[in-house]
Amino acid sequence: MFVSYKWLQEYVDLTGITAKELADRITKSGIEVESVEVLSKGAKDVVIGHVLEREQHPNADKLSKCLVDIGEGEPVQIICGAPNVAKGQKVAVAKVGAVLPGNLKIKRAKLRGEESNGMICSLQELGVESKVVPKPYADGIFVFPSDAPVGADALELLNLDDEVLELGLTPNRADCLSMIGVAYEVAAILGRSVKLPAIELHENSESVHDYISVRVDAPEDNPLYAGRIVKNVKIGPSPLWMQTRLMAAGIRPHNNVVDITNYILLEYGQPLHAFDYDRLGSNEIVVRRAKNGETIVTLDDTKRTLTEDHLVITNGSEPVALAGVMGGANSEVQDDTTTVFIESAYFTSPVIRQAVKDHGLRSEASTRFEKGIDPARTKEALDRAAALMAEYAGGEVVGGVVEVNTLQPKDVVVTITLDRINNVLGTAITKEEVANILTNLQFMFIEDNGTFTITVPSRRRDIAIEEDIIEEVARLYGYDNLPATLPVGEANPGKLTPYQAKRRHVRRYLEDVGLFQAITYSLTNEEKATMFALETAEPIRLALPMSEERSVLRQSLVPHLLEAASYNRARQVENVALYEIGSVYLATNEHELPNEKERLAGVLTGVWHAHVWQGEKKAVDFYVAKGILDGLFALLGLENRIEYKQAKREHLHPGRTADILLDGKTIGFVGQLHPIVQKEFDLKETYVFELDIEALLKAEVDDIRYTAIPRFPSITRDIALVVDEHIVAGDLEQAIIKAGGELLKDVSIFDVYKGDRLPEGKKSIAFSLRYYDPERTLTDEEVTAVHEQVIKAVEQQFGATLRG
Amino acid sequence: MKERLQQLQQEALEKIEQANDLKALSDVRVAYLGKKGPITEVLRGMGSLSPEERPIMGALVNEVREAIQMALEAKQVKLEQEEVEKKLAKEAIDVTLPGRPIRRGNHHPLTRVIEEIEDLFIGMGYTIAEGPEVEKDYYNFEALNLPKGHPARDMQDSFYITEEILLRTHTSPVQARTMEKHQGRGPVKIICPGKVYRRDNDDATHSHQFTQIEGLVVDENVRMSDLKGTLREFARKMFGEDRDIRFRPSFFPFTEPSVEVDVSCFNCGGHGCNVCKGTGWIEILGAGMVHPNVLEMAGFDSKKYTGFAFGMGPERIAMLKYGIDDIRHFYQNDLRFLQQFDRV
Repeated sequence: MFVSYKWLQEYVDLTGITAKELADRITKSGIEVESVEVLSKGAKDVVIGHVLEREQHPNADKLSKCLVDIGEGEPVQIICGAPNVAKGQKVAVAKVGAVLPGNLKIKRAKLRGEESNGMICSLQELGVESKVVPKPYADGIFVFPSDAPVGADALELLNLDDEVLELGLTPNRADCLSMIGVAYEVAAILGRSVKLPAIELHENSESVHDYISVRVDAPEDNPLYAGRIVKNVKIGPSPLWMQTRLMAAGIRPHNNVVDITNYILLEYGQPLHAFDYDRLGSNEIVVRRAKNGETIVTLDDTKRTLTEDHLVITNGSEPVALAGVMGGANSEVQDDTTTVFIESAYFTSPVIRQAVKDHGLRSEASTRFEKGIDPARTKEALDRAAALMAEYAGGEVVGGVVEVNTLQPKDVVVTITLDRINNVLGTAITKEEVANILTNLQFMFIEDNGTFTITVPSRRRDIAIEEDIIEEVARLYGYDNLPATLPVGEANPGKLTPYQAKRRHVRRYLEDVGLFQAITYSLTNEEKATMFALETAEPIRLALPMSEERSVLRQSLVPHLLEAASYNRARQVENVALYEIGSVYLATNEHELPNEKERLAGVLTGVWHAHVWQGEKKAVDFYVAKGILDGLFALLGLENRIEYKQAKREHLHPGRTADILLDGKTIGFVGQLHPIVQKEFDLKETYVFELDIEALLKAEVDDIRYTAIPRFPSITRDIALVVDEHIVAGDLEQAIIKAGGELLKDVSIFDVYKGDRLPEGKKSIAFSLRYYDPERTLTDEEVTAVHEQVIKAVEQQFGATLRG
Repeated sequence: MKERLQQLQQEALEKIEQANDLKALSDVRVAYLGKKGPITEVLRGMGSLSPEERPIMGALVNEVREAIQMALEAKQVKLEQEEVEKKLAKEAIDVTLPGRPIRRGNHHPLTRVIEEIEDLFIGMGYTIAEGPEVEKDYYNFEALNLPKGHPARDMQDSFYITEEILLRTHTSPVQARTMEKHQGRGPVKIICPGKVYRRDNDDATHSHQFTQIEGLVVDENVRMSDLKGTLREFARKMFGEDRDIRFRPSFFPFTEPSVEVDVSCFNCGGHGCNVCKGTGWIEILGAGMVHPNVLEMAGFDSKKYTGFAFGMGPERIAMLKYGIDDIRHFYQNDLRFLQQFDRV
């Protein structure tokens, strides 16, 4: 909402307060003033000139040579490029020495050999936005009414010396979508009174009912419909002051009748519509829901197909307006219009919102209906419009109002105690202070022993309950005056849940071993949605996605991590180690929320460790990734419950992928990206993992228990086992641990060999076994006995032989 | 003999003095104190002495031996020390060469901000509540006093999946869910961090996915002044002890009264600079007293209980705190960006 400072002064006394100060006060009390703009934008010395002569420039087709009286001695010669300049016009002249917006200085000049002493200005050149300049002057200079006094300040006549406050209104403050509404707000802030416009309506002796009748078939959408007939109007421009106010508010002037309806819309917040009575095609107005498939051509010359969701104004047979949104072309006021039917109605919000949504049409009128207007002003606005049409369009107001009114006005009464106000705010505001605030708001109230019974005016539709009153008191009392305290209630210690605490440990661990935390988008495309997913479900698709790339919810974090790796690689960051903890979304059924599961995923590519001058350089490989995960499982106390199983998974290297099992249940995978996928993402050798972090963090783990520190020496024996190639180290290790029993404390692999020194199809794995008894020193014989058993076990189970 | 001994002592001490390494010293030892050495020889010659002379001579021999022995030992220590020093000198390295790098990753800047805020409120007795990102219209809107058709729904164009299910547009549904779980009994004291989604085109200041942290306190006698005190405490811990806050009236459907909260500019201290656009204040939070409809819908008696709620955007805080100019950085995961947040 744009509020003209000069216009506002008609309704509330602003003496002693500048536009800027006013803006600050308004902002502090609840409505943000987004800007204060001086319309002239620094222009000065622009006066009204009278074009005495106009002739063709001798040397330029498109220029005119004009003799202009600017009210200072001799008329001056001005060269003008506007196509519409003509003898006898009153125009805006920037004198020599004048300044125009953009700090453009006007100098004496010679244009194609002819002297020019100033410039005849268009509105755009004076800083008016093109989109609000009246159409006849859009491509040329602005022509003032013939009574404009020569030499007068043109900027003042155009109200460009005005300042405009732009209000950023929250949806609850629709009452301030009108000058009168703003006046009430400003009056409350300043503690001054509101002066409403005086309506001088002279009706003729005819009856409106002889002209038109109204029926409303959809009273829920339209509880109040009122109309008047104004006859013998003469369509022409509206007075300059009205045009300038409209332009300052961002509305383009058209003609006196249309301008008046827009002026009332701005003044009262009541949208009006003027029909050409003779073009209505009947003597009746019927308001009803549209029929499916019914059409209307609106004022913007667009044919619109309607449905039962839309409300239309009809002439009894066909629509003449899309109610509350836009009029129909068939009944538009035109230059030859003589009789006008003015509609002032209250349409309810939902039906208007639907029309706006379906037709992508948002107008000043529909915005107000959507947010809710004050029906108490509907008829007053109608009267004022009729009066203005009589005054400025030479019309004659036909007696009476046609009206269908099913409104059941109900006063909103709120009762609240002073204690309640102070208890909620934590203040010690007095009874008198509250009374004073309510008075300034012009709320009617009765105060009895600290209890206020308040009748809320209908313009403030946002106020209905105690808390609304508390807010009014608080904002006008001033939040700066609110004390700062801390809650006094029962104090509970704050704490992370075990899950949240462990998750933080996981993050820190992964970062401490060298991974960076990534956060990627949850929305992806259909293809990526299910790639790499540990569990898949039907893709969850947005009803109205903004793009295909962000249309489906992800089921794995890996694809976007790969994108991140790829993004980095494309920017010469070759070594990437990222992890992410985030949700994946698995559909259950259409009516239920999906299963949202937290996952931990990572991507590793490039060099893992480099210390080149000492000859160390290690690229990421499967065992780097696995090592990171091993550390993670150890951190969570799960290392002995985890198992890696060779696996084949889509998009992963078939020979370099493992499923990860916790207590025998698959909870994730780690593996090398399949070369084809690697290429798709434009990556080099890359490893990924994804884990069900919920399973990891929710697994029951025993608390740490101290065990005695070894007091006796342990004995270590090494064995190198030759086995068939396909036998995996993990199985051998399990067998060794089982056979080694209590005394075997540690098994580690220190060598793996495959090659010339072994028969084809064989490999050797060397284990180091450490035996220990916490109670005593083991003898060689005891260890040998157990060790023999170990060797026997692997011989029997795997056909292993000792490597000589 | 006496002269011989004195001469031997002098000779030996000179040789010890001259010995330059442990080998030479060892040779001196063998030469003078060895079984075939001159002192042993003198001892052997003692048989020719008179019984009176013998002890005197014996003492003298021992004296000489001891003197040589001591000199040897002293020299031994000295040479050994020299030897070690020589060895160490050879072992010298260039300490300016780079050390073996230790890999280190770090938190995403948003996590950094979120954890800092979490810890701050945990310190004030809050717990952290989390909830689903795919949410029912009921919890995202209706339970927050935004019935279907409410004009304020326009403020948050949403990603719907079905008519009843959408990607949450704020973390407030977690508040509604938590209150519901409390079954009308206070106190509730939570903060809710999480991802939220809105139908915005991604640009420098908009992201269709971003994060929020909201806080909620519901109890008997919770006052708006408590909200002010709590947020002032938060602002001071987060942005510096001399920060102040101010409330500006605003509107949110789920709170009444509603305010926007500004923090005095942590860059200029409130004098006005480019960070605060000359105003001295930076808008950080939206807040207010929980709307009675919200309390009632969640099963709380709004006559008995009051509450306050507040919400903020970690992206905005991170952008202000670290001077980040484009919100898309948070979701591109460019390592050259992420690596900048690598220290305490």
